[in-house]
Amino acid sequence: MKALQRNHLKMKFLSAAENVGVARLTVAAMAGQIDFNLSEIEEIKVAVSEAVSNAVLHGYAGEQGYIEVEVIAEDGVLRVIVTDHGRGIDDLARARQPSFSTDPERMGLGFSFMESFMDQLEVSSVPGQGTRVEMVKRPGGGVGGHGQHD
Amino acid sequence: MPLVYERFGDILVLRPQGDLDLGAVEEFRRVAERALDENKCRKLLINLKGVTFIDSSGLGVILGRYKRISLLGGQMAFTQVPLKVKPILELSGLLKIIPFYDTEKKALERM
Repeated sequence: MKALQRNHLKMKFLSAAENVGVARLTVAAMAGQIDFNLSEIEEIKVAVSEAVSNAVLHGYAGEQGYIEVEVIAEDGVLRVIVTDHGRGIDDLARARQPSFSTDPERMGLGFSFMESFMDQLEVSSVPGQGTRVEMVKRPGGGVGGHGQHD
Repeated sequence: MPLVYERFGDILVLRPQGDLDLGAVEEFRRVAERALDENKCRKLLINLKGVTFIDSSGLGVILGRYKRISLLGGQMAFTQVPLKVKPILELSGLLKIIPFYDTEKKALERM
């Protein structure tokens, strides 16, 4: 199947835990339009899951608000932008440290997974206004990039 | 996410199914805690065969049970870790503290 030159998708949904899977599967379907192998698609799913879970758990912290996920597939590169308009992150450097978590039942690996599994990660956050996470991945460039193409 | 459990002597076996993410962790925690309370087991074996996806939320709920079991001086292990789940477990460091066995039979014999 010939790969699309460019595809662009935007979705907006309530900050419900159930929607984490919806976002992950939608982005995976877009990633499937680019030449990613199966393990790379798994990595993208984990990264999206982490970004959206952070928005649900920390951005809105139990309150309801909207999360936007924008996916751009262009020139064989996948770009995913996850935005919330929640409370923002006070200390971004600290939040991005591995094993930093505000909850004993969590591992604090969200940002580590996003960093490990995507080629680029940019996080910007304004306390009281929200957080924007932008991630980029190219086929063959990441952790699973040396795997078999299925 | 359906969570089936079964008891073999002093080992409780949990068999989560489907995607272990933020949408599933509350149910996992509730069922696992109840099963541990009711069965008074000090050993916990998690059979991951039916798990189709895991992220840090899923790892966190597993870590929470590991902390409980460890506090009681018990043991925990994984079995039948799917190929696509294993890299996430490895990267998280959980496989350094929690052993895994190829089959449930082997795990039940050695735990």
